Amino acid sequence: MATAVVTDSGERETYLNVAHGPKSWLLTVDHKRIALLYLLSITFFFFIGGFFALLIRLELLTPSGDLVQADTYNKLFTMHGQVMVFFFLIPSVPAVLGNFLVPMMIGAKDLAFPRINLLSWYLYIIGGVLMVYTILNGGVDTGWTFYTPLSTEFLKTNVVSAALAIFVAGFSSILTGLNFIVTIHRMRAPGMTWNRLPLFVWAHYATSIIQVLGTPVVAITIVLVALERLFHLGVFNPALGGDPLLFQHLFWFYSHPAVYIMILPGMGIVSEIVCCFSRKRIFGYKAMTLALVGIAVIGFLVWAHHMFVAGISLYAALAFSLLSYFVAVPSAIKVFNWTATMYKGSITYQTPMLYAFGFIGVFTIGGLTGLFLASLGMDVHVHDTYFVIAHFHYIMVGGMVMAYLGGMHFWWPKISGRMYPESWGKLAALIVFVGFNLTFFPQFILGYMGMPRRYHSYPPEFQILNVLSTAGATILAVGYLLPMVYFTWSMRYGRPAPSNPWNAAGLEWQAHSPPPTFNFDEQPVVTWEAYNYDEIDSIPEMGEVPVAR
Amino acid sequence: MPASPVVVDEHAPNPALQHQFATEGQQKNAASLGMWVFLAQEVMFFGGMFCAYLIYRYKYFADFGSGSQQLNVTLGAINTAVLICSSLTVVLSVRAAQLGKRKALIGWLLLTIVLGFAFLGIKADEYAEKFEKHHVPGPNFSYHELLPGQANLPPAERQYANPRHAEMYFSLYFAMTGMHALHMIIGVGIFGFLAFMAWRGKYTPEYYTPVENAGLYWHFVDIVWIYLFPLLYLIDRHR
Repeated sequence: MATAVVTDSGERETYLNVAHGPKSWLLTVDHKRIALLYLLSITFFFFIGGFFALLIRLELLTPSGDLVQADTYNKLFTMHGQVMVFFFLIPSVPAVLGNFLVPMMIGAKDLAFPRINLLSWYLYIIGGVLMVYTILNGGVDTGWTFYTPLSTEFLKTNVVSAALAIFVAGFSSILTGLNFIVTIHRMRAPGMTWNRLPLFVWAHYATSIIQVLGTPVVAITIVLVALERLFHLGVFNPALGGDPLLFQHLFWFYSHPAVYIMILPGMGIVSEIVCCFSRKRIFGYKAMTLALVGIAVIGFLVWAHHMFVAGISLYAALAFSLLSYFVAVPSAIKVFNWTATMYKGSITYQTPMLYAFGFIGVFTIGGLTGLFLASLGMDVHVHDTYFVIAHFHYIMVGGMVMAYLGGMHFWWPKISGRMYPESWGKLAALIVFVGFNLTFFPQFILGYMGMPRRYHSYPPEFQILNVLSTAGATILAVGYLLPMVYFTWSMRYGRPAPSNPWNAAGLEWQAHSPPPTFNFDEQPVVTWEAYNYDEIDSIPEMGEVPVAR
Repeated sequence: MPASPVVVDEHAPNPALQHQFATEGQQKNAASLGMWVFLAQEVMFFGGMFCAYLIYRYKYFADFGSGSQQLNVTLGAINTAVLICSSLTVVLSVRAAQLGKRKALIGWLLLTIVLGFAFLGIKADEYAEKFEKHHVPGPNFSYHELLPGQANLPPAERQYANPRHAEMYFSLYFAMTGMHALHMIIGVGIFGFLAFMAWRGKYTPEYYTPVENAGLYWHFVDIVWIYLFPLLYLIDRHR
């Protein structure tokens, strides 16, 4: 590594200091810089979506609908859902951490199509601008699902601009997935065979398949909704014999697999973290890769479990119920294998590992309650209640956001070249875990007792649990703000990070922190399996204790 | 497959070789795979509409047959022939690029553009006819046509198509052919760009990937039409 290029001011040249000024960022084709562009943009939308969530929780503090009117409330939960799903969760891990890390983990200089990568970000921004326009122009109240004929025939709000926003952002997601698929196929370093790929890369491969094959279906579906509003094409119009169920099928054909777009990259992150902080190889590598691809494939075949009470046939419901149980099998394999990886490992409790622990526990609860909902009788009872809300927030917020934060802490030294303050990190992880469970666990009970979703008032006997939930949301907000503060702080004041602060396996840790533009000083050649922690720790000079304090 | 080996190129680097690739072969393979993945995405995009078509045709088969008979099957057949010919000219343009025949490449690309415009012109004429006959969905839609096979019956016994379901047929007709025409317009634009770049001498027998990938895209658009033509124009023509 003595061959590093030095800038004029005598520093080692990195992707951060190689060029300066807005143009060097807005026209960059470096996957690492584009990852940072995404990081800023999705953080912006995370706080917009979070602001709507805050208003929802404030309204639900009291049983009467006193803070906002019913129509406003409809807009709040709609825009919370659309912003969080399409502008935060879907791009979060793939576009930020995946963009930064997939090329580095496979030993490549960049993604296969750097300019398409930049185009993805611009599409995301165009979609984001349309979404902001929708919000400022009075919002939209279709629910995030755009169900017809409500969205096509009856509402007078900004359905078309919201649909267009999601359409454009969808193509950003498709192009990111396309880029990853080609990169993983064609750009691997010599010796980096499929069975040596880190699970993070496998997870992004599985995610990309869903992005490429699922997103276009929802894209054409919302185009048809927009055409129906603009030009009276009547594909979903009941007056012309149009079938609302058809819309729901097409919508969920994407939007259920979209849940796996949101969770699979998180599973990749947790696999990396668990191995590193247990100092062990992953238990059952092959099973883990098959489980990732299995979730992606079976995940395409379960969508109609969102429609059990919508009037689909009993036999269709039985089939989709059974298939939904099947998708739990690879998910369970992953949880068991993470646990088995930790068994007799030398576990240390750094911040990323705390998030990984949180993920595994919370994901297990979210997954098991998903099985409740996949069973036909139980679903009739709790459909459209807070039980469903709690279930999918356990997966998306508890699962995905915790994994995302864990990953941000794990790779922050690589991204920024600085260490974050470890004790603050641990504190924030604890606050997030407590705040999250306090927010959403009461909602399981509320839903089971029968509180329906999407209403701004409720009977007084539900108040105590709702107050607990709102209190939890406040704590959760603190937990999310803290990392923002200390990450920003650490960019200037953090301890400079060594290349491999965690003594972790993986090619990305062989590059400098932060890496130079083309990532590696020379082309890496891979001669080892993934997660060879036994080999790393058996070499005395490499086996230094991880530097966490 | 195993990772592409890294070959150090002793010769002067090809200016078309981008920084992230080690070899020209790797770059070409990546571009080609990227196009195929993009086409998989396109299949799913059109697939949503084909799915809707399938379901409504199953539910309202007779009315769809009636709507289908309102289309001009001759113009549809001519357009099918035009598109198949344009697929041939695209293949010939790729061949010309492979052989480094710059003038032939530009010529075939321009001929493809002409055929593309011919298709779009005929399509526009068909659309205009639909406007005149009030067969465009919306407030002005009106439809009073027989169900298929009714014309030979005594007038009192003839059954007419349900205009609502016929409107559904024309909704799908405009959505599907409109989305196809949009892809044609984009394709014509791409070929215009390629012809310009070919005129500037950007393509050589070593580097003509954009021509090949644009050809793949054009073939895909043709194949969509090969399905649209029978599904929209030819249902119930056997009577």
